[in-house]
Amino acid sequence: MSAPQPARTAALQEAPAQAPANGSTIAPLLELKAIRKTFGAQPDWVERLGQRLGWLQPAAMVQALDGVDLSIARGEVVGLVGESGCGKSTLGRIAVGLHAPSSGRRLWRGTDLDALPEAERRRAGLGIQMIFQDPYASLNPRLRVRDLLAEAPRVHGLIDRTQQAEFVAALLRQVGLDPAVADRFPHQFSGGQRARIGIARALAVKPEFLVCDEAVAALDVSIQAQVLNLFMRLREELGLTYLFISHDLGVVRHLSDRVAIMYLGRIVESAPSAEIFSRPAHPYTQGLLAEAPTLKVEKKRFLAIQGELPSPLAPPRGCHFHPRCPHAFERCRLEAPYLQEIAPGHVSACHLNGA
Amino acid sequence: MNAQREPTLVVGRLTTRFAGLGGAVTAVDEVSFNVAPGEVLGLVGESGSGKSMTGFSILGLVDPPGEITGGSIRLKGRELRGLPAREWRALRGDRIAMIFQDPMMTLNPVLRIDTQMIETVRAHRRVSRDAAREMARDALARVGIPSPDERLRAYPHQLSGGMRQRVAIAIALLNAPDLIIADEPTTALDVTIQAQILFEMQTLCRESGTALIWITHDLAVVAGLADRVCVMYAGRIVEQGSTAQVLETPAHPYTRGLLDSTPAANVQPDKAGRPQPLRQIPGMAPSLKELPAGCAFRPRCTRASTLCEQTPPEVELARGHVARCFHPLSAAEGLKS
Ligand SMILES: Nc1ncnc2c1ncn2[C@@H]1O[C@H](COP(=O)(O)OP(=O)(O)OP(=O)(O)O)[C@@H](O)[C@H]1O
Ligand SMILES: Nc1ncnc2c1ncn2[C@@H]1O[C@H](COP(=O)(O)OP(=O)(O)OP(=O)(O)O)[C@@H](O)[C@H]1O
Ligand code: SF4
Ligand code: SF4
Ligand SMILES: [Mg+2]
Ligand SMILES: [Mg+2]
Repeated sequence: MSAPQPARTAALQEAPAQAPANGSTIAPLLELKAIRKTFGAQPDWVERLGQRLGWLQPAAMVQALDGVDLSIARGEVVGLVGESGCGKSTLGRIAVGLHAPSSGRRLWRGTDLDALPEAERRRAGLGIQMIFQDPYASLNPRLRVRDLLAEAPRVHGLIDRTQQAEFVAALLRQVGLDPAVADRFPHQFSGGQRARIGIARALAVKPEFLVCDEAVAALDVSIQAQVLNLFMRLREELGLTYLFISHDLGVVRHLSDRVAIMYLGRIVESAPSAEIFSRPAHPYTQGLLAEAPTLKVEKKRFLAIQGELPSPLAPPRGCHFHPRCPHAFERCRLEAPYLQEIAPGHVSACHLNGA
Repeated sequence: MNAQREPTLVVGRLTTRFAGLGGAVTAVDEVSFNVAPGEVLGLVGESGSGKSMTGFSILGLVDPPGEITGGSIRLKGRELRGLPAREWRALRGDRIAMIFQDPMMTLNPVLRIDTQMIETVRAHRRVSRDAAREMARDALARVGIPSPDERLRAYPHQLSGGMRQRVAIAIALLNAPDLIIADEPTTALDVTIQAQILFEMQTLCRESGTALIWITHDLAVVAGLADRVCVMYAGRIVEQGSTAQVLETPAHPYTRGLLDSTPAANVQPDKAGRPQPLRQIPGMAPSLKELPAGCAFRPRCTRASTLCEQTPPEVELARGHVARCFHPLSAAEGLKS
């Protein structure tokens, strides 16, 4: 390659900028690949000895995530839905780096985060922030709002002391609070105001990506509406990307471009929001949508999904949903279905696909 | 629906106040409603609006500094207000039962399910242990618990959350009460489990003629479950009517605001495919300590006039549909836009 070919190089360099506007071909902002996570109590030495001698059973392992793939494009809002204990929070925590996966990879703008040196990983980590369900428990009650908001950006050298007051005031204004409240403590606020402070704190380190874990679940509807509107305004103003975890299908439908449905550690369906609500393909999604309460005044026959949630300690073999699925057949008990594309951008994991 | 039948419960101008250092607060303010046999009444409102206190008042469970200061509570014609504590205790768990959000408020963690259920039966009637056990078994089966004989021998911690709540419901049903008050019993449960429990409760009340008060902040739950709805704001019922009247043609501006704030599953995105902002109710729910004079909703209401500085009257908009407001929305205005 001695002869330089400037024209061609230029064309190559330009290529990424000309990527089609179609979301699927832009490199995702965050990509989770084949993520597994098992939790098990670490046995102490007595237990280890007992297990070795065969007196004790080995500690039970919870398989919280069983091979999850999820990629989220820049500017996208992905809703994550599923029953309690299916692994939503665990996936959210892995996305922000609060938990390490047992196996699998985490790519940020195409780079493997766990292959980066510590300092760089920390810097990349600031780009992903989490907003928790309980806005009170997640705020240190002994810190004034101004310190709550300025602490992280100062530690990370994003601002210095002289800029602090102005910085805090701007953040508070951004979430719709009066900058005069900066001297107050968290308990001096209402639930909705505390939720805003939690959001302001996450925004303080200038993230590009927010993981919201049941962020509005504890709020009354009228306050919830204010906070949801704030999330949407911030998306427009700051170009934020969201992973929005919620059990409330109304909230998820309102906000999300795309929805992923989880069942017992696996994503079973994912599709553009409008598509999944109008044409759910997976039997579990169908049952979930049929049973979600809506404002329509009608006496419901709540009956679609029978049976209890199975335990993640002993997930059923094959398709995890088979003990409750009205369509289950022999193959479902033996073999786990994998995600297949059934329409553009719409994937579902069920042996009935294409049948 | 059950209008021809004698109501099970008649609550009239019930008022419950809390004495406190900064003056008394009125948590339940002249609340009136009826529940007929087999009827499900939804009691909705935001946090602090007085839903639970209304339930506790009916159960005689208001502790000092709280006190029922006015009104009446008639169960099958019998006045409960002023009943001695001992008689009220005899009613609870027998004629009136309560189901709480947390089933562990009902369940004793150190006792087996059968022990607890047999005690509940025998506290109120003279039956043998075996007969009581039989009743307990039947109650578990009725709320859809598989293999009830086995579950009877379990301790609460050996059951899932949904299962525990069903046991608590089974305990409430044991003595075939006239009235059940359920305070957000499915809020902590999953959609699918919640749906099963709602369905079971609905059927059970229909069949047994039990009147049911279902307390919730979730209008969508009420839509699928209740026959009638009361909306509470700052201790008062601001609107009541059939579920269809209240949710489809709300007359009170607050009810309209609540419905608009709910991200319904049928929202239409705008042309760019982005969600429309939800319509917000401006401001916040007031503290009971500093309620404005007249209509408590006035500072947040877009229809408020100087008239609203007086206490608003109850206006009957249609048969059984009442709103406390000077300027209620007409049926046409109340229709979802
Ligand atoms: N630190 C932990 N140690 C042990 N097990 C855990 C831990 N965190 C989560 N689990 C288990 O992993 C599974 C998934 O939990 P996770 O919190 O992710 O569920 P979720 O979908 O967020 O549920 P919810 O809707 O109730 O919040 C559960 O069975 C849970 O008990
Ligand atoms: N012990 C008490 N002393 C003083 N005020 C009280 C006491 N208990 C309750 N209150 C007040 O009574 C009002 C009604 O409370 P209640 O628990 O009935 O509300 P709620 O509608 O059930 O709310 P939530 O949805 O949060 O359960 C509240 O404003 C509360 O502050
Ligand atoms: S794979 Fe089988 S059990 Fe699983 S959802 Fe499909 S039909 Fe039901
Ligand atoms: S009485 Fe007046 S302030 Fe109160 S809700 Fe009606 S219009 Fe609004
Ligand atoms: Mg969670
Ligand atoms: Mg309550």
